[in-house]
Amino acid sequence: MVTKRIIPCLDVMNGKVVKGVHFENLRDAGDPVMHAKFYSDEGADEIVFLDISATIEKRKTIVDIVKKTAEEISIPFTVGGGIKSIKDINTLLESGADKISINTNAVKDPLLVYESAKKFGSQCIVIAIDAKKDKTGWQVYVESGRKPAGMDVIQWAKKVESLGAGEILLTSIDADGTQKGYDVELTKRVSENVKVPVIASGGAGSLEHMLRVLVEGRASAVLMASLLHFKVFTISQIKKYLQQNGIIVRI
Amino acid sequence: MIGIINYGAGNVFSVLKSVEKTGKKAKIMSKPEKIRDITHIILPGVGAFDDGIKSMRETGMDEFLKDGIKKGRYILGICLGLQLFFERSEEGSLNGFNFFSGGNLRFSGNSGLSIPHMGWNTVLMKKQSKIFKDIPARSFFYFAHSYYPVPADRDIIIGVTGYGVKFASVVEKNNIIGLQFHPEKSSVHGQKIIENFVNL
Repeated sequence: MVTKRIIPCLDVMNGKVVKGVHFENLRDAGDPVMHAKFYSDEGADEIVFLDISATIEKRKTIVDIVKKTAEEISIPFTVGGGIKSIKDINTLLESGADKISINTNAVKDPLLVYESAKKFGSQCIVIAIDAKKDKTGWQVYVESGRKPAGMDVIQWAKKVESLGAGEILLTSIDADGTQKGYDVELTKRVSENVKVPVIASGGAGSLEHMLRVLVEGRASAVLMASLLHFKVFTISQIKKYLQQNGIIVRI
Repeated sequence: MIGIINYGAGNVFSVLKSVEKTGKKAKIMSKPEKIRDITHIILPGVGAFDDGIKSMRETGMDEFLKDGIKKGRYILGICLGLQLFFERSEEGSLNGFNFFSGGNLRFSGNSGLSIPHMGWNTVLMKKQSKIFKDIPARSFFYFAHSYYPVPADRDIIIGVTGYGVKFASVVEKNNIIGLQFHPEKSSVHGQKIIENFVNL
């Protein structure tokens, strides 16, 4: 049986790893390639790089990071941030990325999801959805969680699946940075409504949080950043705990 | 020299790096070249079945591959690369290479399992193979696929993996080997498999 995955997320700005709290107040935490190598050696199942550089010029640095990472590690890794064309995707995949993650530009241009999945295969197209709770359910937010897209999260998740997305990276804006736990209800609702794997993101603060979102939330994987970067837990600690609680993990 | 075929859809860079780590020389090939110096050929691949076949035909790499097999070169198909070795696929309408009889089916998802099959899973060995030399039992490998091979000839199945169904994740017939998982992305055990292959 396929294992549940533990995925460290590295937010990269201008070539450096940073971690946002509520997507603001960025704190410097080092070199992305070394981080990726460290987590790969520690037993991470995948790595996600999220490029949050503000300008296209600065974003070019991510291609070098991708190349160096592909030389250093032999586990899959995903790159997201500012990807808006087949050409962008091709460049990153050719540089050694395994998957690419699209967020705002999938909302702006849903055909990009269809065309890229058709060209490169569903397994390398991850759609990132930032969700914020409201009275009726959850709303999709774009542009780093700043702007409502005017769409329901469940409907959008189903839509991107039908367009060919191979995975959904689901972040709760409400939970992100709080360390008070993943939004289990949100994750469960999305998981129940799509066939593709759902990666839960935002809010991890304890081992129980991870267990809950994997079991009750039916997530295929958990994504986390600061808990790992600031060494609150090691990946092997997390995996041992999950294994003791009946979750199949790669140890 | 290890030839890695690039047919437009695939993470050839990681395969190249993985082969280079074994100390062997490798090159990425987009068009047919003299087979003389090539001892092993790797057909990586992600993407769609029909696009893969079309691209192989348009570049003439299908003939290069067939010539390699005839001349006894070791061939390794990875993921879609392996699936192309069969007659057909539920994913497309074009004919595959027909090195192996049988086809590729889509996971049904009936058992509530996600599609694609994405992540780390184990291989249960049915037969011994040099390609799995020194790989501990129950090692994990990285999979990312929605279709799986169904060989008509059960004898070619070396290893199986469970994901709702038990499917052939490792096949081998004479000098042709296929892996449904990505050895180049499967950490140390995957690297060992690449090493075993290039040393065949």
